[in-house]
Amino acid sequence: MTLPFAAIRPGPLSVRFRVRTVVVCAVLLALAFAAAVVSLGTGDVVLSPKEVLAALVGQGSPIADLVVIDLRLPRVLLALTIGAALGLSGAIFQALTRNPLGSPDVIGFNTGAFTGVLVVTVFVGNAYFMVAAGALVGGLATALAVYLLAYRRGVQGFRLIIVGIAVNAILISVNQWFVIKVDLQAAYAATIWGQGSLNGLDWTQVPWVVPLIVVLMIGLAIGGSRLLLLELGDEIATGLGVRVEAARMVYLGLGVALIAVATAAAGPIAFVALAAPQLAQRLTGSAGIALAPAAAMGALLLIVSDWVAQHAFAPTQLPVGVVTVTVGGVYFAWVLARVSRTQ
Amino acid sequence: MTTLVDRPSPETEPTAAANLRRGGVLLGAAALLVVVCVLSLLLGTRTVSPGTAWDALFHYTSTDDQSVVRDLRVPRTVLGLLAGVAFAVCGAVIQAVTRNPLADTQILGINSGAALFVVIAIGFLGLTSFTSYVWFAFLGVAVALVGVYLLGSASRGSPTPVQLTLAGVALGAVLEGASSAVQLIRPRAFDYLRFWDVGSLAGRGLDIAGAVAPFILVGTLLAVAVARSLNAVALGDDLARALGVDITRTRIVALVAIVLLAGGGTAAVGPIWFLGLVVPHLARWVVGTDQRWILAFTILGGPIVLLIADIVGRLVVRPGELRVGIVTAFIGAPVLIWWIRTRKVVSGP
Repeated sequence: MTLPFAAIRPGPLSVRFRVRTVVVCAVLLALAFAAAVVSLGTGDVVLSPKEVLAALVGQGSPIADLVVIDLRLPRVLLALTIGAALGLSGAIFQALTRNPLGSPDVIGFNTGAFTGVLVVTVFVGNAYFMVAAGALVGGLATALAVYLLAYRRGVQGFRLIIVGIAVNAILISVNQWFVIKVDLQAAYAATIWGQGSLNGLDWTQVPWVVPLIVVLMIGLAIGGSRLLLLELGDEIATGLGVRVEAARMVYLGLGVALIAVATAAAGPIAFVALAAPQLAQRLTGSAGIALAPAAAMGALLLIVSDWVAQHAFAPTQLPVGVVTVTVGGVYFAWVLARVSRTQ
Repeated sequence: MTTLVDRPSPETEPTAAANLRRGGVLLGAAALLVVVCVLSLLLGTRTVSPGTAWDALFHYTSTDDQSVVRDLRVPRTVLGLLAGVAFAVCGAVIQAVTRNPLADTQILGINSGAALFVVIAIGFLGLTSFTSYVWFAFLGVAVALVGVYLLGSASRGSPTPVQLTLAGVALGAVLEGASSAVQLIRPRAFDYLRFWDVGSLAGRGLDIAGAVAPFILVGTLLAVAVARSLNAVALGDDLARALGVDITRTRIVALVAIVLLAGGGTAAVGPIWFLGLVVPHLARWVVGTDQRWILAFTILGGPIVLLIADIVGRLVVRPGELRVGIVTAFIGAPVLIWWIRTRKVVSGP
């Protein structure tokens, strides 16, 4: 079939996009917004979508203003942006490894972030910013270690993943050793954090998390086209004039930065990065990994997962990571169903 | 598509001489295993003399030192022997049947499957006796095996090593996540499982060893029974058929062996990382590529490596202990990194 393309050419920067991709993105974002409105209206104080929207545009009752703007909005904003960051990060890693399973959760980033948290919790203390810094340093150090260990005349996708598994194994052991060393209460708290959770986030995190993620997104929007070329394979990309190793480093940096900000804010949330790009690609029917739909899908997955985590087992609030694991499970079940159909 | 090139070891030695050498290696390994078992009885936070250990076994007078040997270290050593055989033999069989040198119960997500089902049995069904939850471990292994195979064959008919490995990692991650979720929902189970799911030989009695021994024995015997056929399978399906090997039957027997070994081992001592990866590689390096020699070597080598790891774990952070699953991960992970760095990974059609 021929694909409808729309092209805008403002000078040297040519943007080509498919109508279907735009429609998919719009639908995903609309669903995410709807989920956000529902989420803003759910809780001890129940508000109708109309009341929520009124509060958002500054026309709400004082109580609605307090509940929606002061209490619930930051968490919803963070869920949307962190979800988008996870989806984008997963898309980058999957494009770089040219493998649907090449996501940051697979190459040990989450485990490393958790190691950082445990180290900080045990040796420094559990102030929020300390813990966030620990997660960031742990995740980045892990990613760097995996990259360096996998580097032999360039980084080959499969080698990166196997080294990731090995480093992951060491870190899981280290983490479990820590969990055994510290007392049950601390271990339990750390385990909750290690699952990834948006519980307890408020306006204090918004001013640095949201702008950081937005800046990284803009950076990707400017340079995203080379990623598609990298996906074609090193030889072809080189032939098309891409400096492959340099481009890979830049994308890897962006991907790590995105997942690092997300992890620092909310802990290692599993499987959104893995599933979002693939689901989005299935919807858009595009050949390669598309960035914008992956971001929209990530935002949708996380806002819905967080709503479930908060309200499905009320009054117990689950870490959102427990719900996203289920998303991962459902995603694999869907892959398996597709396999058995084709065989 | 990516394939791995594993350099075939040149079988240049004349057969008789080679077999003599391999027999020597096995004798040496058996002697080493005896030494390691003795050390496992003597060494630890409280190191005892050989005489005390002897008395603990044969002239028991219930002194503190004797009871440490008799009540703690004997069960531990016996469990180490059993689990070492289970995981190492299981690894050798998986590697042979999948023709995947990277296959291991941990990498393929099989340990995680067994662990999740055990966690569910303990956390939700309240089962606490080993004989009741071991069946869940077998079920978990079977489910994980089917899952990893289907996931691995997502792209084309029969899964390549790379596909299978990645599928296993992903599936293992989901299963582990689910285990953590169950533990968070059931904090009481969490405290009990915290120690179990690292993989440890400590804190378990001879009753567990006795309960798991039959399963591991049967699994090992099945592995030995199909060793010859697995040699043929290694040459590829077509060639194996031409040699008159019933591939389907071989695979089914091998799978039953894997379920019994991985399920029994995981239920008894928790997941032990990478033992099934490292020991068969060591075996191929020492005795060559014949599955029968490899099995003979892994039956001895598995417990040697596991017990050494256990002793190391007892000694490095005295008076505390590093669990054996942690020590084997530390030993295995560098081997895995070295392996992948020294292999040519070719992209082909």
